Order: sequence, then C-alpha cells, then structure tokens
Amino acid sequence: MQRKKECVAMLLAGGQGSRLYALTNNIAKPAVPFGAKYRIIDFPLSNCINSGIDTVGVLTQYQPLMLNEYIGNGQPWDLDRNFGGVHILSPYQKKSKSAWYEGTANAIYQNLNFIKMYNPEYVLILSGDHIYKMDYSKMLKAHIDTNADCTIAAIEVPLKEASRFGILNTNPDGSIYEFEEKPKQPKSTLASMGVYIFTAEKLYKYLEEDENDPESSKDFGKNVLPAMLNAGERMFAYKFEGYWKDVGTISSLWEANMDLLDEQPAFDVADASWKIHSRNPLAPPEYLGEKADVKNSMIALGCEIYGSVENSVLSSNVVIEEGAVVKDSVIMSGTRVRSGATVNYSIIDEDVVVGEKAVIGEDKTIAKGIAVLGRNICVGAGASVAAGNIVDKDIKEGEEA
Amino acid sequence: MSAVGVIFSNIHDENIPELSHLRTMGSLPFGGRYRLIDFALSNLVNSGVTTVGIITKNNYQSLMDHLGSGKDWDLARKTGGLILLPPFGARDGEGLYKNRLEALKGITGFLNRRNEEYVILCDCDGVYRMDLSEVIDFHEEKQADITLVCHNEEIANSRNYTTVKSDESGRVTDLKINETVRGSDKFYSNIMVIGRKFLLALIDDAVVHGYKSFREDILLRRTKTLKIYAYDFAGYHATIDSLSSYFTHNMELLEKPVRDELFGARDIYTKVRDSAPSKYGDDSAVKNSLISDGCIVEGTVENSILFRGVKVGKGTVVRNSIVMQDTVIGDNVSLNCVITDKNVVIRDRRVLSGCEVQPYFLAKGTMI
Repeated sequence: MQRKKECVAMLLAGGQGSRLYALTNNIAKPAVPFGAKYRIIDFPLSNCINSGIDTVGVLTQYQPLMLNEYIGNGQPWDLDRNFGGVHILSPYQKKSKSAWYEGTANAIYQNLNFIKMYNPEYVLILSGDHIYKMDYSKMLKAHIDTNADCTIAAIEVPLKEASRFGILNTNPDGSIYEFEEKPKQPKSTLASMGVYIFTAEKLYKYLEEDENDPESSKDFGKNVLPAMLNAGERMFAYKFEGYWKDVGTISSLWEANMDLLDEQPAFDVADASWKIHSRNPLAPPEYLGEKADVKNSMIALGCEIYGSVENSVLSSNVVIEEGAVVKDSVIMSGTRVRSGATVNYSIIDEDVVVGEKAVIGEDKTIAKGIAVLGRNICVGAGASVAAGNIVDKDIKEGEEA
Repeated sequence: MSAVGVIFSNIHDENIPELSHLRTMGSLPFGGRYRLIDFALSNLVNSGVTTVGIITKNNYQSLMDHLGSGKDWDLARKTGGLILLPPFGARDGEGLYKNRLEALKGITGFLNRRNEEYVILCDCDGVYRMDLSEVIDFHEEKQADITLVCHNEEIANSRNYTTVKSDESGRVTDLKINETVRGSDKFYSNIMVIGRKFLLALIDDAVVHGYKSFREDILLRRTKTLKIYAYDFAGYHATIDSLSSYFTHNMELLEKPVRDELFGARDIYTKVRDSAPSKYGDDSAVKNSLISDGCIVEGTVENSILFRGVKVGKGTVVRNSIVMQDTVIGDNVSLNCVITDKNVVIRDRRVLSGCEVQPYFLAKGTMI
C-alpha cells in the first residue's frame, strides 16, 4: 500500500515584500519578526499543525537563508516527521530548462513531484504574509462537503478597500460565479485571502494547462482560478470570520503589532487553545530596572529595560538604557537604545544601535509617517531620523536623515 | 571531550522539603524560567559532553516532564544523549538506594557500556556557569585519581556540606563533614571528575567491603592514599541548601553582574513552553524585577521574580517575592517576602507577608 497524506500544504514564501523596504533587504517577508517573539511564517505553520496538517512545503526564492535557518527541521512546530513534516523547496536545476519560480502557479508547478510523493487527495495553498488564526480542517471539510474542485477562503472587507483584493462574487450556496482581480467597481466585498484548497487531480490538470499557455503570467489569481471557473469547475468560497491582517506594508505591520496591546486583543497570541509555535529565543527572563517605566507594552525574554517604554512591542534581548524613551514603536531583537535617545512612532529592525540622545521619528500625533531603521545599522549619538524616513545605512554622529 | 556526565537529581531533596516534597531537587524552579538541573545539564553540554545519565529516585515525574527527550539541551541523540537512570530494582530486594554509593552501584551497567575516559558527577544543588573541560584538563595535568570542584561560599547549612583543605599544588590534604562553619570557607561544590574505569573499580571495592558512603568511606578514609585534587572555581556559585538560601540566591539574580555571569552568554538551556511574550498594562509599575514570558502584569512589582504565565491584578503590589509558574494574583493584593509554588491562586484583597530570612511559603496549587 502506498503511504499517503489526505492534504498537503504548500506555503508560498518566496516573495520579496518590497513594500516593507529596509525590513526585507536581506530576508524574505515571511521571516520578518512580528509580535515580540514570532516571525510572520509562525502563523501559517502553527495553523497547519493546529489543523492537523503535518506535511508542508515552503517555497522559497528571495533571500531564503534566514528562513531556512529559522524553519530548520521544523521541530518547533512539531513538523519534524518521519513521513511528511516541513520541507524547504527552492528552485532547482532540471535536466532541461532550469528556471526561477515565475508566479505563484509556476512555483507550485515546479514542485508537483514533491506533492505527488505524498499522493494527497487535496492540496492547500497558503501565502506567508498574513497574521491570522484559521482552522484549515474546517475549510477542508467544507471543500469535501460541497464536493468542490477548488475552495477559496474569503473574508468580508470594507467596500472602500475592496478594490485592493481579488473579489469573489458568489451564489447563495457559496459557489463562485465570478472572480475579479482588483476590480475598480467591486460588486461584492468578499475578498480572497489567498488560501486555496484544490482537489489534487484538478490542480495537476490546470497547472499543466497553465504552464503550456505562453500568454499566462503563471499566477493563481490572474490565470489558474479564472481558467477553472471558465471551464465550469465547482468553485466555492469559504467564509472566514476572525482577525486577518496583511502585514505587507510598513503601516500595516505596525498596526498589527499594536493590535496585540489591546486589553482584550482581537488577535490573542496567548490563547492556549490555538498556540502559536515559534523558535524560542534562548534568553533569561526580561529585567526591568529601578527606573524602568513600562506601560501598555509587550516585552520578550532577555530584554533589559532601564528607561521608559510606552505602547510598544519589544522583541528578545533589546536593551533600553536609562533615560531613553520609546513610544508607539516596534523594536526587534538585539537592538540597543542608548541613554537619552528618543524613539517615537518607529519600527526598528534587529541588532540596531541607537546612539545617545539620538532622535528617531516624531510623536505619532504630528508625525507624517513611521520611521524605519533597517537591520544592523548604527545611529550615532545625537543623530536624528525624521518621521516617515526609511534608513538602511549607518548614520554618523549628529547627522540628520 | 571524552567524558560522560552523571547527574544526581534527588540527592539534596532534604535541603528544601517545602519545595522538593513533590519534586526532585533537580526540578526545583529557579530564576524565573529555569529548573536547578538546567545549570548542571547546560554546563555539561556547553563543555562538550554529549552523554548525560540522570539518576533519579522518587518524585521524578516533574523531572521527566521537564527533560522530555532532551532536545532542548541538544541531548536527543542517536549516540548517547540524555539517558534517564531510574532506580534499579535490585533482584536481592534491597529496593531504593539509600546513599550515593548504592545509587552508583545501580548504574554500573550504564557506566560499563560507555567508552568515555572520564565521568563528571554533578548534583543539583548549585547555580553556576562553569567550563567543565577546564576541570578535565586540570585532572589530566595533575594525573589525579579524583578531582573535586571547590568554591568559597558562606553556607548556613554547612553541616550537610564538605569543607576542603588543599596544599599549594592543589592536592587535597583534609576533608571535613558535619562541621559548623561560620563565615565563608572552601566547600566541595558536589562536582567531581573521576576516571570511568577507576570509578567502577572503586564501586566494586566498596561493595565487597560493605561501605555505605562515598564521602566517608572513600573520600575521607582515603584522602591520604588517593590522589585527590581540588579545582578551585572562582566564579559565581550559589548553593541552594535551604528555603532561605533559595530565596537569597534567586534575589541575587536581580544584580546585573550575577545575571551577566550566568546568562550573559545565553547558553543556559531550559524546556521551551511556547508562551506568549509578557504584557504590561497601562497601570503597571515594575521595578528591579525579572519577568518571564507569558506574564500579564497590571499592578506593581518590585524586587521580585515572576515565573512564566503569572498574572498580577490591578492595584496589586508584589514586593520581594518569588512567584512561580501560572500563579494568579488577583486585584488589590499585597505580597511581601512571599514564595508561591506553581499554580497558586491569591484572591482579591489578600495581604500576605514574610521576611527575608523566613519568607512566607505557599505550596503548589494553594488557593488563598
């Protein structure tokens, strides 16, 4: 008997995330830190294991080193399995025609042999740039119950934002009669979440056809899904209710971090019934000093706080020296804010040093945007970074950027 | 490094009956997110030891839960790794071991199957960060039979410990037990390096002579005839010999130099629990305290250590206290010099206080 898996997940993690600017200079978007101890990819991976899906292919292409290192053998997510588990799938050389992944559909097409190793009945396609908790097993059940060929997870969005999404127009039974990619005048507000379940045989068929179509841009949303719909396949929307946030831009990443600080957060990472697994930092408990003043903040292990921190999210091993003030900001691991420095309405990447009396960003009420400092840079004493500016190079003492 | 580690997880259980009533000394929570065995284990692993046997006696469920497969210490290995050595029910019906010698006799099978040159024996009553490969180097350089790691400390409960005198070369000249020591003295740290084959020979010899105590019948009786050397460890070493010293040494972690020495290199490993990061509310005021992951702090916390998953309610003041895992403290509570074991619930408006030398202790699962 051939061993098989009912459902294999394929996680598209190759995107550059160019709208995160300096934060994705050296790492892929799914590896971007989030919520003091997580990385974005922890959410889809935790969703998979919590939904009973233990076979996940992670497709990487752009700057995969950090992601590979982070995922490792998948043990932090219980995805180290004898049969199945998590696998990194990068583009590889073939006997003829080696190629990078061109588009989402082509990325899956190039890895059909991986999927076929597990002989699945269903394939779940995920993207690695959203923060949400979703039980994919319920969606799979809906897919089976409706005898669908493709089920698309969908969420209601505000009308004014609908034109940013792929919009699904459905019949009362949930079946889709029209699929509009970023419509100027949306007919509905049901947006595709980029989470698809395909019946495996159909996926193989349509990926093959799409690959042979020279006109296609090899994208699920633009090509594969419309082709299936035109051919009359059974396509259903699966309505998801709950917190779902795209963190593909500086401001949405900042907002999603701040959402965690609510007293009753709409998205609770501490929910014991849906644990978010991650690779844990190796660090002692955080230390708050005699003069520390911490209000409405989330702070990870290994931090040392001697200054003031308000409405902020601090990842592991961050040091806030005495007299430093951090407000409305997201600071990633290993960063040090020296004494007298002020950080306001900013996102600071990992291993940054903010020099003494440096000023980063402006008060949120008057700032024109979020200040961003990229990984591993050094801001000299007394230097300043204006609100809304994105910096990925060292700034010398006293300079302005 | 050619050494196998052996950790005695139970041997000092009587030091803190309050906390080790339901667990081994090795699984005693310490420093916010650690257990005492984490120090011995991490030091062994960081010194290059890849096989560690852990001798248990009773109440070792919490220890097994903590250790799991050993993966958090990189000890889930095909070759060697973490090997739990529960009591070996002797066929002559002697039952549980009563002393260190009998415990060692019970693991001769384990020691025989190894092929490392040396054995490093550690107890679980110490908090320290030490490169044990340097002790092995010292042992080889001195061509010692036995090397005892020693350190200077003031131990109130000194009668349970061994004081060491050594000459300029490091050779041990005198060992004393049951001695009441005032002030600081050189104590044996309960960490020993010994040749594996030599240890097996000593155990055989002890069995045929009916010896009862490793310390009295081997170390003390043969101080002059064996080449016993003292390796003086100059770093931070805290001995947990009573509830009061448990309290004191936990509180020492609030001093930066102590914390930096133990944790600065970020290589003391412990079980991972996937807790969320801690949250501090709008009215929280936390000073000079260590807070672990998964805590929700809404009140005031000063000079205290909060373990994982502790909740501190609004208007509550926690001072000079050690609050263990998953303890829930309600609103408008006042705590001073209190140690709560795991899963304690303190209802709104309770006022509890002990003092530094005699902290007020709440047992595991107490609701007050």
